[in-house]
Amino acid sequence: MSDLTKLSAVEIAGLVASGETSAVEVTQAHLDRIGAVDDRVHAFLHVDTEGALAAARAVDERRAAGDELGPLAGVPVAVKDVLTTKGVPTTVGSKILEGWRPPYDSTIVERLRAAGTVMLGKTNMDEFAMGSSTEYSAYGPTRNPWDTDRIPGGSGGGSAAALAAYEAPLSIGSDTGGSIRQPGAVTGTVGAKPTYGGTSRYGLVAFSSSLDTPGPCARTVLDAALLHEVIGGHDPRDSTSIPAPVPDVVAAARLGATGDLTGVKLGMVTEFIGEGAEPGVMAAFRDAAEALAKLGAEIVEVSCPHFKYALPAYYLIAPSECSSNLARFDGVRFGLRVGDDGNRSLEEVMSLTREAGFGPEVKRRIMIGTYALSSGYYDAYYGQAQKVRTLITRDFTSAFEQVDALISPTTPFVAFPLGSRTADPYQMYLADLFTIPTNLYGGPAISVPCGLSDGLPVGFQIMAPTMADDRMYRIAAALESAVGTLTPPTI
Amino acid sequence: MAAISREEVAHLARLSRLAVTEEELDTFAGQLDVILQSVAQVGEVAAADIPPTSHSVPLTNVLREDVVRPGLTPQEALSGAPDAEEQRFRVPRILDEDVAS
Repeated sequence: MSDLTKLSAVEIAGLVASGETSAVEVTQAHLDRIGAVDDRVHAFLHVDTEGALAAARAVDERRAAGDELGPLAGVPVAVKDVLTTKGVPTTVGSKILEGWRPPYDSTIVERLRAAGTVMLGKTNMDEFAMGSSTEYSAYGPTRNPWDTDRIPGGSGGGSAAALAAYEAPLSIGSDTGGSIRQPGAVTGTVGAKPTYGGTSRYGLVAFSSSLDTPGPCARTVLDAALLHEVIGGHDPRDSTSIPAPVPDVVAAARLGATGDLTGVKLGMVTEFIGEGAEPGVMAAFRDAAEALAKLGAEIVEVSCPHFKYALPAYYLIAPSECSSNLARFDGVRFGLRVGDDGNRSLEEVMSLTREAGFGPEVKRRIMIGTYALSSGYYDAYYGQAQKVRTLITRDFTSAFEQVDALISPTTPFVAFPLGSRTADPYQMYLADLFTIPTNLYGGPAISVPCGLSDGLPVGFQIMAPTMADDRMYRIAAALESAVGTLTPPTI
Repeated sequence: MAAISREEVAHLARLSRLAVTEEELDTFAGQLDVILQSVAQVGEVAAADIPPTSHSVPLTNVLREDVVRPGLTPQEALSGAPDAEEQRFRVPRILDEDVAS
């Protein structure tokens, strides 16, 4: 393995800026690494070799011309296939968009390009970001670099596995119910869900619009913060984008790395430290919490009585929004069209197209959402779930009157074997038990590696108040300074 | 008691424009039943007086200036279409022939 692929984004950017290495060399090293291991990991759906090398050459030329480079210039990044990339295939892990080359860049990708990062390609994901293992990708699962018979998490398993396999130092994910944090936890990497509205949804293929949040993935907290700063901030093309500056997450990560949490009060969520998690996960979590206490943090228990209803509420709200959002996949404007033989009606062609183009989990969620929104069921299902969402938000508000941030394990269990939960869809949903409340509330949350259980990574989740993303990074960096990063086994 | 019948799942599939197979109906009926029975737990919460939350960001009526901005060309907009004709998306027939004639 080339040493360049083992470096952090900060280190790579430093070497490129000083001229000790070129962006082209860095990019080629990562492309070579992808070529060497991705047949075993399958983190990528599309590798844009030419585009990546062209972007790297442009960075090297700007440096040679004496232009000032941004803090991540020349650093390779892998992008979840949920974000549109102009001229580069975007499938959302679905057959219904196979071969689609979008005519425009998403805001996130536009900002990545403007910052001089080098997009290596598009990463694998559960179809339409619905899943917790990438097994629902129409293009086959991604494998966990820690144990290739196990899942890398989902939906953003490709973005997380690419980091753990040293195929990329940075990647982009999207988090609707945990799709950044849960893959981060089970691959021993860092995944941050920004405050909802803190990162733009323009060009993010919609799943559940009131919850979808793109965000950064990296191997270190500081790298994640730097990426967060590049992609975050107001976007007039997204009507729910928050018109405020990005919290200073980079300064917060640097402050946290000094390892002092004096005066910080953290709340362990009572409902998430009981029987819900595996013993090995709980042990690693408690050890990490003790490490934070040694850094000066005060740790108390805080009860959030409605969190246990977050999972059922989410699995009504998200499918309801998806059933509406996915109506646009009708075989008319883009993607697949099936059965158009000149005799069939538009509606028949539409139904055949959607039947052939969507996988089973997407169909299940569309039908659940259609059910929950039907007259006669609306009040008992969707309406009631929205009220529960209010109560969960109140639990957060009340908790943040007592503590600066909430903490819990990121997931109830470590990476499970491929195929072990696909037969029972509800068992798969349980992977998101601890990550979902934050999505319903809208605040930021991050997963940081905190140790191993039976040789597999455990994630530590930090949940902060809305727009206090900086506070979350400070605590995350402090934890990282105490417990260190995890080194995946060599593939 | 099952929360949802096979016939109801078939109806949902029609509403969802999914031409599901008979085998899928068998599988989905069981799976949707498990899911619906589980998510019905939201009904345990006493929330009669609680206002609903549809969105976590309290923004309303976000408008932009009404000015012309660059957009996609017709060629770009049609680049992903399964079928196009005369700068338009071409679709299968919408009306029955006797109605259309």
